[in-house]
Amino acid sequence: MNGAKEPGSFRLVATLALTGLLSGLVLVGIYLVTQPRILRNQAEALYAAVYRVLPGTQEIRTFVVRDGKLVVYESPDGNLPEEQAVYAGHRGNGSLVGYAVPGEGAGFQDTITLIYGYDPSRRVIVGMQVLDSRETPGLGDKIITDDEFLANFEALAIEPSIVAVKKGKKVNPNEVDSITGATISSEAVVKILNESSQQWAPMLSPQDETSEVSRNVPRAEP
Amino acid sequence: MSPAQNPKRPLDEFIKGLWRENPVFIAVLGLCPAMAVTNSLENGLVMGAASTFVLVGSSLFVSLLRKLIPRAVRVPVYIIIIATFVTTVDFVLAALMPVAHKQLGAFISLIVVNCLILGRQEAFASKNPVGLAAADALGMSAGFTVALAMIGGVREILGSGALLGVPLFGDSFEPWAIMILPPGGFLTLGALLTLFAWIKERRAKQEMRRQSGSDQSPVQRRAV
Repeated sequence: MNGAKEPGSFRLVATLALTGLLSGLVLVGIYLVTQPRILRNQAEALYAAVYRVLPGTQEIRTFVVRDGKLVVYESPDGNLPEEQAVYAGHRGNGSLVGYAVPGEGAGFQDTITLIYGYDPSRRVIVGMQVLDSRETPGLGDKIITDDEFLANFEALAIEPSIVAVKKGKKVNPNEVDSITGATISSEAVVKILNESSQQWAPMLSPQDETSEVSRNVPRAEP
Repeated sequence: MSPAQNPKRPLDEFIKGLWRENPVFIAVLGLCPAMAVTNSLENGLVMGAASTFVLVGSSLFVSLLRKLIPRAVRVPVYIIIIATFVTTVDFVLAALMPVAHKQLGAFISLIVVNCLILGRQEAFASKNPVGLAAADALGMSAGFTVALAMIGGVREILGSGALLGVPLFGDSFEPWAIMILPPGGFLTLGALLTLFAWIKERRAKQEMRRQSGSDQSPVQRRAV
């Protein structure tokens, strides 16, 4: 190796400090450059999911909860709000398709994050898409890809509660045909939907939240 | 490692990573990413590309700074350099290829602890000029990427019945789900290691037969 004599400890500490400092500066720079794009990717992925779980949607409006009420959220930069939010989907003529609600819960291996479309006038779920999961490839990840499974969520009643049944046993509107070989993942999705819909459904009224009246008083206090 | 007075040619250093000292099939290094993310060809290629960027970048820096880094703290300095490149890859992938980034998940950050990368800094880049270090890093990365692509390709064909997401067989093909699960990684890697060991041994025998009586065959040089 190079260097016949061992350098003093000051040199060692200085080398490490300088390396760390330079590394930190480089990373801050890269973070600043990439962060806007990463946030935009997240927003785009979420909006794409909203269009899918609320068929017929042409315009999306973001709502956040303030003081127990839904309030329109105007994003300053096109990014998603940091607090819990729901997304109202509207048709071209302004009528409400429903609300897309993100939810998450424990899956077979890791947290499953999903978004579902809820139609408050019919009290049914009209679409569901998994956003993030680590379910077993080839088995549990069918909750993302299996068309038959996803078809369960095209008109799924949330009352009295959603129930996962064996594949092919679905008769009632509140039942979901599980995926063979992925029972735990299927039940995990149902559990997330139950918990989330029970929390959100009372807040989501079938009236158009974005009608002129409510839009003019965005911070309506109780 | 061979002594410094031996005139090494960059091309040699590049080629050795592909075959003679292939990091996965011969040196059996970097197995965690080689098995964890290779359930499809695309994932293998993206992981290979990310590792290539990290290995080449950190080799260049380590080689450039090799006379400035005190021996006693060289490993932490290498790790900082490697971690900087890995974090860069992580952010850039998240910004430019969000789908692939999501698929590879934590394994991008785990490139930091890929022993292949630190191993090349310690064994090669810290002792050689920039040109050779770059050739070595490129060769090793290419060998690593090819290995990951082979494992990923085999597993995707058998486990999903597709290659790069394009279905290869008709509906009659039932994918072997086990191949995209962890056991499939072990099975595929084991089969490929066997294949490469067999090829290597056969070549060595042929070489010996050809020059029987002469010195030891160069093919028998072991990887470090």
